This record gives sequence, structure tokens and C-alpha cells, in this order.
Amino acid sequence: MADIQSPLPGTFYHRPAPEDEPFKSEGDGVSAGDTIGLVEVMKTFIDVKSEIAGTFKAYVAEDGAPVTAGETLARLKP
Amino acid sequence: MALKINKPGLSTSVQDLGRPGYFHLGIPIGGAMDRFAMRVANILVGNPEDAAGLEAVFMGPEIEFAKDCVVAVTGAEMPMTLDGEAKEGWSSFSVKAGQKLGFGFLKSGARIYIAVSGGIATEPDLGSRSTYPIGALGGIEGRTITEGDIIPVGNGDPSSAGQTVASRLRRGPGKPAALRVLPGLYWNRLTEAAQNGFFEDIWTVAPEADRMGYRFKGGRALEFVEREQPFGAGADPSNIVDGCYSYGSIQVPGGTEPIVLHRDAVSGGGYFTLGAIISADMDLIGQLQPNTSVKFVKVDMEQALNARNERRAMLRQIREELA
Repeated sequence: MADIQSPLPGTFYHRPAPEDEPFKSEGDGVSAGDTIGLVEVMKTFIDVKSEIAGTFKAYVAEDGAPVTAGETLARLKP
Repeated sequence: MALKINKPGLSTSVQDLGRPGYFHLGIPIGGAMDRFAMRVANILVGNPEDAAGLEAVFMGPEIEFAKDCVVAVTGAEMPMTLDGEAKEGWSSFSVKAGQKLGFGFLKSGARIYIAVSGGIATEPDLGSRSTYPIGALGGIEGRTITEGDIIPVGNGDPSSAGQTVASRLRRGPGKPAALRVLPGLYWNRLTEAAQNGFFEDIWTVAPEADRMGYRFKGGRALEFVEREQPFGAGADPSNIVDGCYSYGSIQVPGGTEPIVLHRDAVSGGGYFTLGAIISADMDLIGQLQPNTSVKFVKVDMEQALNARNERRAMLRQIREELA
């Protein structure tokens, strides 16, 4: 299992917009460079990208949760 | 003669100590959010304290050096590597042309300051190299750093490598961070209960806090003394007839979320300001992450000036120890 960590502190979101589906769901294929969520800080949304390819397992941090840099946001199976 | 930016980080910008003297024209003082850290980084690499360096917030950039120089990184705690080899913060080290400096995850604090011997040599605007993106002043074309930027660097002193600032002379916010406040002109707009509540409550840093202002949430809403709406002021009890804002002043629009105006703030407007963060504590705000706890602490003018003198003494000591 591989962790995807937050690059910076802020608020974590699973979805590109509140009315949209989450970026990934369990079992989805993930390619290196895929966006799996957003972190909002300083009125900016930063894409959180997977550095490796695999199969999406689950979000660890909740949608809308405050996160710190290095915190695990999601897990995938390489 | 240059730094090449392989990865920009987030809102990384060229900053020096700022461009005072134009605030009355609406041009903010700008400069490093943590000027103490910026000064110390410059001292470590043998630069004048007002030389320009890079300010990076929450995420470090990746920098490739095009010439030999001495580098120091101060401010937030963020692990860094030079060609994969770990380097210490608050210390100066030699870098060879072609080497790459990269950063890991932020551990504490919010902003790092990267000084390079010789200083960043972009073109100054109105006497400063500090980047003010809204006014397109300073830095590279008046904007924050982007991937592929080539940043010019002056000629420095290569002999300053190998120095370290003792940990007792480094400064960062506590937990919760204590920010000292001098009540100001509009303090009497608040009821006594609101005046006390402001200092009793624990506030948290809002995620939208940036170089213009730091917003705080979580404390009780402020209650205002009843008044007749002055001619020219807005209808909300937090409105005033437009006035000047100072660096560090605390406005509370609608009485709900205090905003501390920082280096890139507007210079005036129609909100009352209950007071100001004392100058000695403004650097600490530059090191606050979103969602961290803050307590405001009431001080008087004498305490504020003593705190300013303590900060100056600390800086003097660093100058002496690194001389």
C-alpha cells in the first residue's frame, strides 16, 4: 500500500467542485501524475497528484478536513 | 551568475526588507513576512541584511545553481537536501555550480528564507526588489516565481560558509502562538465584554491568510457600543469614515473574524481597527500555518517598546556571534 501525502498545509477536498464526484473511488486506476484531490490554502487550490501508478484504495483524510504538510491523504495499491 | 528554478513551490517570491515610503500612495511596504529570518539568512551568507532573497511559503522550490556560492535557509523548519545530501537550516553552506537544492515536507513554521551570497540581483522598483504581484512591482516582472525562471545573483563572499545560528537565537511562534496587541484609536467602539472576550478566546488561523492579511476564526463575535452612524461611514457597526490602516493593525469586518494587515496590505479603508500587533511579533505571524491556535495578549506602549528593544538586542547578538 502506498500513501499519498499532502504537499502543504490547508483544507483537503476529494472533489473538483462540491457538486462533482470525487476524483477517485476504490478500485479506480491511478496513473502517475493523476490528481486525487485538492488542498486549499491562501485562496488557491493546489492539485494533489499521485507520483506513482496503481489502484485507488481509499481517502484517509476526510473531505473538507484541515491537513498538515506530509499528512496521509489517500492510499493506493501500486 | 544565476539560480535556475526547476520547481517554483507555492507563491515563492523575491523579497528584501521592503519599500517603505509609499504607503500613503497605496503602495504597501512589502518585504519579507518574517524579516528577522530574512536578515539572519543574509548575515549567514555575508550579505548586507537588506539584500534580496527568496521567500517560500509551505512548500520549498527546487533550485539549480549556475555558479559557486554560499547559501543559508532560515525561518520555518523544512528538511532540505543539496544533491540528495541533508543540510541544516539556520546555517550557511557552500554550493557548487550545477548542484540542486530541494526541500521536503514542512515540519513547523510557514515560510523559509533562502539567502545566496551576493544577493538576488533583479531590478529594484521604488528602491526595493520585493515582489508585490498586485502592483506588478519587484521580483521577476513583478510576479511570483515560476518554473524555468532564471534569477540573477550578485557577486558574494565565498568565505561565509560553515556558520550556524545558536538555537536560542532562532525565533518561531509558540503553541498556542502568543501575539501581543496594543489597543488603538477605535478600541472604545467595543463593549467591555467584547474587549475582554477578544483576549480570552483562542483563535485559529484561517486558510485564506496570506501576505496581505492574516485572518483568524473561532473566537466570539465582537459586540459594539451603540452609536449614531457617522456621515460617510457604512451602516455596519464595524464601519468607520474611511481612515488609514497601519502595518499590523487588526480590522474586524462585521465584528466576526479579525484580520491582521501584513506586508502587502491595503493602506486604508472603512473598517475600524481595534489595535495593532506590536512590531516585535509581526515576524511570528509570517510563521503561522493555517488552523494553528493563537492567543492575543494585551500590552501597553512601554511593553511594546521593550519587546522591540529585546528583538533588536537578539539581532545584535547574532551579528556579534557571526561576525
